[in-house]
Parts: sequence; C-alpha cells; structure tokens
Amino acid sequence: MNPEDLHYTPSHEWVRIDGDVGTIGITDYAQKELGEIVYLELPEVGHVFNAGDEFGTVESVKAVSELFTPVSGEIVEVNKGAVAEPGIVNDDPFGDGWLIKTKLTTDEEVGKLMTAEQYATYVQQEEKER
Amino acid sequence: MSVELEEKKTPTGDRLHPEPRHEPLVFEVSGEGKVGYSLPPLDVPETVAIPRALCREEIAGETEITEVEVARHFTRLSKLNFSIDEALYPLGSCTMKHNPRVNEEVARLPGFAAAHPLAPEEVSQGALELAWRLEKMLAELTGLARVTLQPAAGAQGELAGILMVRAALAKEGNPRTTVLIPDSAHGTNPASAHFAGYKVRELKSNARGTLDLQVLEEAMTEDVAALMLTVPNTLGIFENQILEIARIVHAKGGYLYCDGANFNSFVGIAKPGTMGIDVMHMNLHKTFSTPHGGGGPGAGPAAVAERLVPFLPRPTIERRADGTFFLDHDRPESIGRLRTFLGNFGMFVRALAYISSYGNRIGEVARGAVLNANYIRAGLAGVYHLKYDAPTMHEVVFSDKKQTASGVHAMDIGKRLMDYGFHPPTISFPLIVHGALMIEPTETESKPGLDAFVAAMREIARESEEDPQIVKTAPHTTPVRRVDEVSAARNLVLAWRPEKHEP
Amino acid sequence: MKFLPTSDADRSEMLRAIGVSSVEDLFASIPGEVRQPPNLPPPLSEIEVRRLLGSLAARNANARESAFFLGAGIYNHYVSAIADQMLYRAEWLTSYTPYQPEVSQGTLQSIFEFQTHICLLTGLDVANASLYEGASALVEALLMASRLCRGRTRAVLSAGIHPEYRETVRTYFSSLGFTSVEVPVGMDGRTDEKALAAAVDDDTFAVAIQSPNFYGIVEDWQIGSRAAHGKGALSVAVVAEAVSMALLAPPGDRGADIACGEAQSLGVPMHLGGPVLGFLACRSEHERQIPGRLVGETRDADGRRAFCLTLSTREQHIRRERATSNICTNQGLMALASNIHCSLLGKKGLREVALQSHAKAEYLKGEIARIPGWRIPFSAPTFNEFVVEAPGPAAPLLSRLAGRGILAGVPLSRWEPESPNRFLVATTEMNAREEMERLVATLRSAS
Repeated sequence: MNPEDLHYTPSHEWVRIDGDVGTIGITDYAQKELGEIVYLELPEVGHVFNAGDEFGTVESVKAVSELFTPVSGEIVEVNKGAVAEPGIVNDDPFGDGWLIKTKLTTDEEVGKLMTAEQYATYVQQEEKER
Repeated sequence: MSVELEEKKTPTGDRLHPEPRHEPLVFEVSGEGKVGYSLPPLDVPETVAIPRALCREEIAGETEITEVEVARHFTRLSKLNFSIDEALYPLGSCTMKHNPRVNEEVARLPGFAAAHPLAPEEVSQGALELAWRLEKMLAELTGLARVTLQPAAGAQGELAGILMVRAALAKEGNPRTTVLIPDSAHGTNPASAHFAGYKVRELKSNARGTLDLQVLEEAMTEDVAALMLTVPNTLGIFENQILEIARIVHAKGGYLYCDGANFNSFVGIAKPGTMGIDVMHMNLHKTFSTPHGGGGPGAGPAAVAERLVPFLPRPTIERRADGTFFLDHDRPESIGRLRTFLGNFGMFVRALAYISSYGNRIGEVARGAVLNANYIRAGLAGVYHLKYDAPTMHEVVFSDKKQTASGVHAMDIGKRLMDYGFHPPTISFPLIVHGALMIEPTETESKPGLDAFVAAMREIARESEEDPQIVKTAPHTTPVRRVDEVSAARNLVLAWRPEKHEP
Repeated sequence: MKFLPTSDADRSEMLRAIGVSSVEDLFASIPGEVRQPPNLPPPLSEIEVRRLLGSLAARNANARESAFFLGAGIYNHYVSAIADQMLYRAEWLTSYTPYQPEVSQGTLQSIFEFQTHICLLTGLDVANASLYEGASALVEALLMASRLCRGRTRAVLSAGIHPEYRETVRTYFSSLGFTSVEVPVGMDGRTDEKALAAAVDDDTFAVAIQSPNFYGIVEDWQIGSRAAHGKGALSVAVVAEAVSMALLAPPGDRGADIACGEAQSLGVPMHLGGPVLGFLACRSEHERQIPGRLVGETRDADGRRAFCLTLSTREQHIRRERATSNICTNQGLMALASNIHCSLLGKKGLREVALQSHAKAEYLKGEIARIPGWRIPFSAPTFNEFVVEAPGPAAPLLSRLAGRGILAGVPLSRWEPESPNRFLVATTEMNAREEMERLVATLRSAS
C-alpha cells in the first residue's frame, strides 16, 4: 500500500522525485495515527530548508505533529487545497493530499531515505514496541 | 450488568439525564423588556462625567431575562453534567474525590468572601493567620521549609518552583540551560520549564515505567538546572530509587523538582523533603479536596527547601514576636509576583478546613486511595492490558491493546462507560502508553462503587469482542450523542453572534 | 472518618482480592527511611472546623459590616443570591474539565455563553474560557502578542497599569529575554500619549494601557492602538474593573487587538483577592495564538447542536513545551458565576450598575474636594475610583478609620512611597449616600 516509487523517512514523510522537483507528504500510516486532520501549518513559497528541518505542523483534534522535510531545497508550491480542506490528507495521503513541492538542492539525499519495503518493516517494528 | 438501550424512548424515566436534554443558549431565552435584577434608586445626582467619544452605546445582543428563567436555564444545564456526587469519576491524575460541604460554607463567611486583599493589616489578622497556618501545615506534610500559597494553580506552582531554582542558580553565577523531564510527565511540566526560560530534555522511562538511572546519570550534566519528577509518576508508580535519583541530581549541583499532583497517594505517609526533593508544588483541588468546579479555580502552593527560601514569591506571610501577622514585601531576592494579591484565598479556607478535619490521621487518605486503585487493578487484570506492572499507588494505567483487534479504542471504551453511569478515565495519557486508560478512583469510593465500575469495565471488554459496534458508537444514553470534535475544529464557532441567530 | 466509605470488612475483602495482607504492603516502593507520620493536631469534627474558621473569619473587616470604599483591582459589587446558590449544585461544583463532551454539555455551554458575554463586552471576536486573574491574563496577552510578532522582544506598558500586574509581567519576562518599558502618566493622570508613541520601536511587540487606569482614570484605547500599529505591534487593552465595559467604549471598537484583565466585578465575591476571574479576548485572525481553553459549537452524531473544547492542540497537554501557555485549568466556577451574573443583569442591568457606580464616585469626589486641605490631584475623567490627597500621611489614617468600621481607601504608599498622602477611593452600586456622607464627615473631622 506504500507506493513503490516514493522514498520514506522515519518520521513518516514521503517524497516523490520528478526531475529536480520533490513532492512531499505524509504517509497513510501517519494520517491514520493522527486521526482526522483539522489543520495544516505550511511554509510560504520561497522558503529554503535543509533535509531534516521542520517545515510545518499537522494537527488532528488531539494531536499535533511536526513535519520534517526529507530533502533540502526551496519551496516552489504549497498545496492550498489541503490547507483549505485538510481532510484530503486523510483521504488521499499519497495523492491529492500532498503538502509541498520543493526544488531539490542535491540529488544525493534521496538515496539515504527508506524504500517502500524498508518503511513497511520499520512501521511494523514501531507498532510492536508499543 | 447491561444497559437497556430501548429506554431511550422514555427519556424522562432516566434518573441521570432528565429531559430536556437540549437547552437553548441564554441569549436565545432572552426577550425584550424582561428584567432579572433590581437596584435601589440612585440616591445621588445622575451624571456621566466622561466624554461621549469614550462611552459606548447599549451592549447589543446582551440578555433581557428574568431570575425565573435564569434559575431554570442553569439548573437544566447543570443536569447535562456528570459530577462526583453522582458516581465514580475515575479521571486519572485529577483526583476526583468527594468535596466536603462544610468547606463551602466556611469559605463563604463574610470575613473571607466579603473581605478585601488591600484592607489594613490590623483588620485582616484572621486572614493572614489562616494563610500562615495553612503554610505551616503544608510545610509539615511536605517536610520542606517554607511554602508560597500564591500560585493560582498547579501549572503556576510549577513555574514558581522552576523560577526559584533559576534565581538560586543565577545567584551562584549560572542559571544553566536545561531541565530534564521524564517522558511520562504531565504536559504542564515541559510547558512551565519553557516559560521559565529552559530547554527541555525528555528522559525515556525504563521497562518498569520509572526513571532509568543510567539515562539520568548520562543526561545530568552541569548544564542541567533541575529534574522535574512526578512522584508517583503518571503511571501511578512510585520512583523507588528516589534517594539515588536525588543524589545524582544534587551531585551535579541541580535541583530536584517534584510535581506533587499525585501527592494524594502518599500524603501523611512520607515527606518529600526527606527524599531529597528541593521544591514541590501541590494541587489543593486534588489532594486537599477543594472543588474542581468544572475546571477551576485551582490553587498550586509550592513548597521549598531552606536554600530556596530567599527566592519565594513576594509577599510572604510572617509572624511578629507579639503574635501579629504581616505581609513581608521587602524580599530583595524574591522572584517577584506571579499574580495579584495573596493567591486563591477561598481555596486556602477550604484546604485548611479539609486538613484540619483529618489532622494527624491524614495518612488514611493515601491508604484509602492506594487500596482502591489496587483493588481496581486486581479486578481488571487480564481483561485489559497492563503495559507496566510495577506496584500501583493511587492510579493504574491500562491500555486498549486487547481490544484494538476488534476495532475498539480507548476512547470508545471511555464513551461506553458513560452508558453504565460512570465518567470515563483519562484517555490517551500518559503518552508512553498507547491507548491509555488512566484510572484513579480516590479514597472516597466505597467497595460497592468500585465493584460496579469493575463490572462495567469487564462488560465493556466482553462487548468489545462480541458486539464491538455498540462500543464504537457509544454513548447511547447521554444528553447528546458522540460529539463531532473534528468539525468543531475545522469550522470554528467560538461565540454566539447577535446577527447570526441560529438555534 | 466520615469521608472514607470503606468498612473494615470491605477492606479485608479487598486486601484478599489484591493478594496482600495489609494496606502497608501496598506502600513497599516508598523507601522505609523516608516514611514518617505528620506532626499535626488530632482530627477536628465539623463543629470544630466551623468554630476554627469562624474565629479566623471574625477577625477580618469586611464589606457587609463596614462602610466600604476599597478597590484597586477588587471591587465590592453586588452578587445576586441566585448566582452564588447555583454554584452549590454538585453538577457544577464537583465536575471537572469538560474533556468528555457527552457528559459535560452543561459546563461547555456555560463556557460558550461566558465567552459570548466577554465578546459582547470587549467588542472582540473570540474570548477564552477564562484565566486565573487579571495580572497573569495581561502576561498571557503579552506573550500572545510576542508570538504574533516573532523576533521582537519589548513590551511598552503604561505606568497606569495596576502595579501588581506590572510586577507580574516583570516576573514572567525575566527568564524569557523580554523587557517591559514603562511610560509614566501625565499630570492629569492619563498616560502621556507622546511618551507612549516615542517608547515604541521596531522591536516592540505590544503596547498595553489600562482603562480605567490604576488611578481610576478613563483612558482612550486609541492612544495605545495608534502607538502600536504605527510600528507593527499589537495593541493590548487592560481592564481591571470590568463593570466599566458596560459604559465605556469597548476596546475592540477603538483599535485594541487583545483585551484582557480581571472580571471579578462581574459576579464574583472579593474573596480577599482570589479566586477571581481573568479574561482574554482577541480578533479572530489571532485565535490560534490565544492561550487557555476554548469551547466551540458543533453537532452530535444525531445532528443536534452540541459544544466541545476545541483548538486543544495549542495547549500544554498536547503541545507540551511548545504550547501557547503552561496554563491547564481555567477558573471554571467563577466563569459560571459571571455568566449567571451577566445573564441576570443583561443589557440594562450591566449598564445601570456601571452608571450608578460612576455617579456615586462623582458625588463622593465632589464632596471630598470641598473639604479644606483635601485635594483630588488628577483632573482627568474617572469611572468609579479616584485618587484623594489627604493633608497628612494616608496609611495611618486609613488604619485608624478601619478600626472604626470605615474602610475608606487603599493607600498608594506601598507602590509609590513618594506619595504618602495619596489613596484610592472606589464606589459601587453598594454604597448608599448615607455611608458616603459618613465618610466625608469623618474625613473632615480627621483633618
């Protein structure tokens, strides 16, 4: 269920690479853990982040979670539709519920992220430790 | 035990939730020309000696309503609330115990309720003596040197405590940068440390659910101002290595802060001051039974060891050689004020009445609280998952782990409890237990009450296996059905608007 | 013990079920060397509790048995019998934070109504469920402004703000790297507008003024708003005598971004200064930075109107060290009392109480001004409180009068040692003309 073409972080973000643009969102597992999302706080276009930086927050009724960018780059687009209707992130986390697009500074970081398979194992482990 | 859902058809027969279950807003009850007050005629010349530009027109939208309607409205609203006087209210960490009613009466004596904080000292001796006596009692119970009664609630007590630590360290030349807080702590701890100017470093609990001494040793550097420790912690587990913890913290020149929210479990049994605790806040509305009032007023006195005394908030209450009392504002090393006047004095009256009622037998409170929590633990063991099985003090934290397979979560269990006539436990806290059900019965619950609660919890566990839908859609018998908190957050409506009248 | 419902037989049975032989066994994790019973007197019966507390209460002068003119942040307004009696109901008294909306609709709806009263009074869009009291409410308002103007470090405060509020601000600011700059009041008792504007710079996140100010003088909220907005800061309106809001222009109508302060005078007894009732209101554009609890309207599963706590992710139990405040509890019961009080008085009553309080102050001020040797030092308009300058030191005189059943005022000397002869006199709808005449006669003979 985690798309094969995406790259994943231990903090449950994903990034899809199209040329030098990375589209970033949160995983299906993350949205399920949070529950129904009521608010997104996202940066403005033009901000530059390093990989691992916090770029915003996602809130459900009873939880708030910081968002960390998987890759370095400059924000080129923010999903305004998701800000207006955050439920999209619950409904389609890997598609219409994307959060930001960034122009990559380097293509070397992606290799350090998890594959779909690695991420699935990681989530299983996390659930077991509860 | 079972709940007859069909009874919903005859709601007036429901003892706990008489009709009407839906009450209009007070602004919607309002009707032009109605009056709910009476004042003596003005006995001086009528005048408005203020420029017109600085005055307002009438308050558009305010009520016009009679006393009769006010009586009905607020009585009906009250019946939509669950309260301690109705049944077990096992909200973990909140210590929902019986509130003695004589305390309410004495707090309303004119010498307290109609007295002013800035009246001359000569005519306020009773009030000053009361505060002084309460301080002495709390100092005795905590085994610490002095107590400030000023903090308005536990969170402000925490802030006062950490600010005193900061002042003491600053005086020695370095306030330090970090406060250590276990991952099981109340959210107020990191927030208070932050507002006292510190970075927070979270310490991971060990498999027992207590502080890991190795983790502490490693984290406890000379950059750490204090360790904020909840005793017993939010899992209801006493830090049995408390003396060793104090030694580690003190060896690096740090202070040991105790979040005393859970003092109810050992008040009168042991004194925090003798455990190496340097500063500790208490919640009068928890351990000392001042009413919770639907969310306050609280009161959060903070007790300190001798070396922190110079830094207490101003003013302190002192006794002269002739036996009279006074407020000492001349305290140059004080952290200053945290609020106006003396604190929540009305709560001091109730707490003093409460402590006096128990006197030297106050340990019975802790004994009863710990006995009751352990009885619930015994009754639910095996039915609900217990992540940490160290000895339970005043509260026990189960989880929904056995129930999630059928799609039932802690929140559903809590909601279903309402149908059985109980308030839910604290849900989803502490954060280190996924799907937590934090149960604190307190000492004022009888065995039959505990048995009924255990029976209801067991029944819900059975339902979760056999008929999970009824749990997942609970509650079914409350004044309103499950409330949509998501849409409340997505579409904020935070006040009634005169122009948008829509019942 | 009458608060402990477990019989000996029940206890034995419970211990058997737990599998221990005595209650002491349950305390095994507390090290033996720290266990120690308290040195307290024996338990008191209910009769003895009444006797003890009664004897302490009897030694405090109070408004029911004195001619009473004390204010300075706590006011002796009338509280209807029903407003207090309603608080005795167990459903209000012995419930807690409405985390579970299905069994807390009473508290939730009452808070929603309280929030609405505060919005109507302040002319702002959003009010929280209440804060501890006025001084910490000002702190919360300033910290809120600092978050909305991130990176700035100064707050400009009028010296007309209650001195204990300002002291509280200094306490909180000391560890956060913020500073508060105080702008003095002018000769007429009003905040000096030019000095206020001059004190604001690009590093200022808030400008706060109080009205009526500590000297009872009516300020114009606009001087704060103009000074703040010129530099991109927020304008904070402080109210310590909430009854004034029924007569004076609401902060929201005159440019204030945040209104905060003390609402004790709207239905809460004086209680020696606590528990009282802090409030905070703001414009909706800033609602995500508001501290404390908020109740919102929503629907239940059957589509009926219901209420619940909302925007909880701002709060400490979720956001921990990144919360908007460390505050957990509000002043629930006091907010209820205030809701009942405001609902009873309503549109007409709130205004009439304000008008009477003001008219009585005007009368008394005029009478005192006519006593030879006595002076009203500030000329600017006042609401229901004013500064009096006696011919000699005020504090000893006021103590003397207190011994004779007249609580004539609050000396300023504690905060302003340079003004030993000055004191504050406050009136409310509770002051009959006769007791004001008695005060004037006494002052006349005292000089």
